[in-house]
Amino acid sequence: METQTIKKTQKTTNVTERISGSEAIVRCLIAEDVKIIYGYPGGAIMPVYDELYKYQDKIHHVLSRHEQGATHSAQGFARISGKVGVAIATSGPGATNLITGIADAQIDSTPMVCITGQVASHLLGSDAFQETDIVGISTPVTKWNCQVTKASDIPAVIAKAFYIARSGRPGPVLVDITKDAQFEEFDFSYEKCTKVRSYNPVPKTDVKSVEAAAKIINAAKKPMIVWGQGVILSEAEEAFKAVVEKAGIPAAWTILGASAIPTSHPLNVGMVGMHGNYAPNILTNECDVLIAIGMRFDDRVTGDLNKYAKQAKVIHFEIDPSEIDKNVKTAIAVLGDAKASLDLLLPLLDENTHSEWHQRFKDLYAIEYEKVIKDDIHPTKGGLTMGEVVNEINIQSKGEAAIVTDVGQHQMIACRYAQFNKTKSNITSGGLGTMGFGLPAAIGAKMAAPEREVVSISGDGGYQMTIQELGTVFQQKAAVKIVVLNNEFLGMVRQWQQLFFDKRYASTEMVNPNFVAIAEGYYIKAKKVTKREELAAAVAEMMASKEAYFLEVCVEKENNVFPMIPSGASVSDVRLE
Amino acid sequence: MSTEKQLYTISVYTENNIGLLNRISAIFQRRHINIESLNTSPSEIEGVSRFTIVINMTEENIKKIIGQVEKQVEVIKAYYHNDNEIIYQESCIFKMRSDLLFDEREIQNIIKESNARIVTVNKEFFVIEKSGKKEEIELLYRELSNFGIMQFTRSGRISVTKEEMKISTMLETYNN
Ligand SMILES: Cc1ncc(C[n+]2csc(CCOP(=O)(O)OP(=O)(O)O)c2C)c(N)n1
Repeated sequence: METQTIKKTQKTTNVTERISGSEAIVRCLIAEDVKIIYGYPGGAIMPVYDELYKYQDKIHHVLSRHEQGATHSAQGFARISGKVGVAIATSGPGATNLITGIADAQIDSTPMVCITGQVASHLLGSDAFQETDIVGISTPVTKWNCQVTKASDIPAVIAKAFYIARSGRPGPVLVDITKDAQFEEFDFSYEKCTKVRSYNPVPKTDVKSVEAAAKIINAAKKPMIVWGQGVILSEAEEAFKAVVEKAGIPAAWTILGASAIPTSHPLNVGMVGMHGNYAPNILTNECDVLIAIGMRFDDRVTGDLNKYAKQAKVIHFEIDPSEIDKNVKTAIAVLGDAKASLDLLLPLLDENTHSEWHQRFKDLYAIEYEKVIKDDIHPTKGGLTMGEVVNEINIQSKGEAAIVTDVGQHQMIACRYAQFNKTKSNITSGGLGTMGFGLPAAIGAKMAAPEREVVSISGDGGYQMTIQELGTVFQQKAAVKIVVLNNEFLGMVRQWQQLFFDKRYASTEMVNPNFVAIAEGYYIKAKKVTKREELAAAVAEMMASKEAYFLEVCVEKENNVFPMIPSGASVSDVRLE
Repeated sequence: MSTEKQLYTISVYTENNIGLLNRISAIFQRRHINIESLNTSPSEIEGVSRFTIVINMTEENIKKIIGQVEKQVEVIKAYYHNDNEIIYQESCIFKMRSDLLFDEREIQNIIKESNARIVTVNKEFFVIEKSGKKEEIELLYRELSNFGIMQFTRSGRISVTKEEMKISTMLETYNN
């Protein structure tokens, strides 16, 4: 059935060649312009690995040290390049190890194609050695998935997989291919997929809704924008900046929207959400028009929905119809690609400055600066803070680095304080909050953009979840800069225990290994910093390194990340201490 | 928009592909929505399947669910309707002991009055089939259970809408 729908929508080329299914898989990847894939071999995928050996001048296979690492590397690759990341694994345990990364890619809309080997089709459903129902397991966390049992289906299914992964709201796709299909020979030809009958990836922007939106925006006294990753995914950065500037609207970002316009842009008023900036959180409940662009009102952003922007007319620019009115009721929904919609919006907007309203953001920032930021990034006493490390990285990298973070306090601090001058510079696990994401994602990012400085910032907890990828760093000579902010705690959980569980630090204290020795064990240059005076020189040395470099910074053990909206509270109940 | 819970019938037109039932039912499972009945079959269009799903919920929530269903790549279109907007039927079959058919006059009356149909009779048992509304089937069940039912089974709801559901025209535009 699968192939029927595809054949209807496209012509197949007449040039055919008789090759095996496994060779076809590799040839399909080449046809999709895939140059790097991440994976781990095993019995059910060996025919493909054998072909990869043959085609190694065309496709570089990166041997990750764990399939989860392969998916995160593919994600990092995708997030910095905007292309589809590819991960490959064997059946059974290889396939199940991909699931965390697939789930992460699904919730963060990252384009990824995963290919898994499967036991021979006559063994399916028999609990054969290393058989799992990976299509069943991955169904809730994939945009689409499919099992192939015939070699002749491979080209159409892989073409469809890439098309679905990258189009519309991107996401992960899994293709499971039985071992007999990998061996079987057939007449190969490849045609890219450009259409799937039942799938409408980019709803056409309705001009009327844009006009209605423009009218409301032009009449607004206190408008505010919250933008998300949709701006980056549709490459709408320029169009977005033009809209913000022409209408003079203060604009705040969700964690995945970070870097779409530079941190230093005068109308960039910071991050929203649980650990977001004070002003945009407070003023969400004062603005008269809230313009959401390519964001989905995640609960980490909105807090209590019953108390979220109730006074505001909400305008939602969104590509995915199922997000409209899902969490927040809109006055106007503009369905479509963000760039297309913003291009239509721009000429309809009046020039404006909203300077008094913008001043409110600046005033609240001043309060946040005094109470929180100053001590976070320019502390004068106590141990090292995470904020001052991030600040030092900003200084030494001139805000040009791509920052890849893991999950926890350091992630919030890095996203809050990193200076982003370029788009696609903030690579982090937003929706799933996957510890262990950082290091492998940084490897993928660096390999996709070798010209860019890629700095991975992790906590001591998350780092140890995928620490084995140091092996990949070493083998691939991936020149990532790895910073571990070591507070000897699962810091973010400890913070919650302190604030909401009476300081009962249940299983959050970490007795850590000698991280420097471990890095050196993988032949990676390494240094440990414990004092403020050593920090600048160590970061400078790291940034100057042409190779991978590991820097452990021992930071204050019990610092907290503020501002903070306690979970379930209103965004205007944001706490500064 | 109605904020009361009520029965809605969802019709989902999909490509006829393996695994879709799993994807669609997972949408309900994840949100702890109990499916009252579910039926899947070919539709009037070749290669297109139709799911008929009955659930009890508010209109606001059903809209969100429909959005999630339509988001699946291989779903062509999903609709929801209340009972006034559709013509619907369920069907059921009963297996009963054959001696009842000859010994109990009343059974024959029940069969006649309920518009049920005898499908087969042999020495040990006979089988009755009936299509109708849920209440009619429930009534027949109650009446027959007085005599002892050997087996009973009942299908999911199937329905057609009173209004047109322009799927064919929609598919034509997709194909062009
Ligand atoms: C895989 C996974 N397990 C558990 C969690 C829950 N969790 C969120 S933050 C956190 C602590 C992170 O500690 P660490 O990596 O040391 O970073 P820090 O908060 O100290 O910066 C934990 C356990 C998670 N997000 N992901």
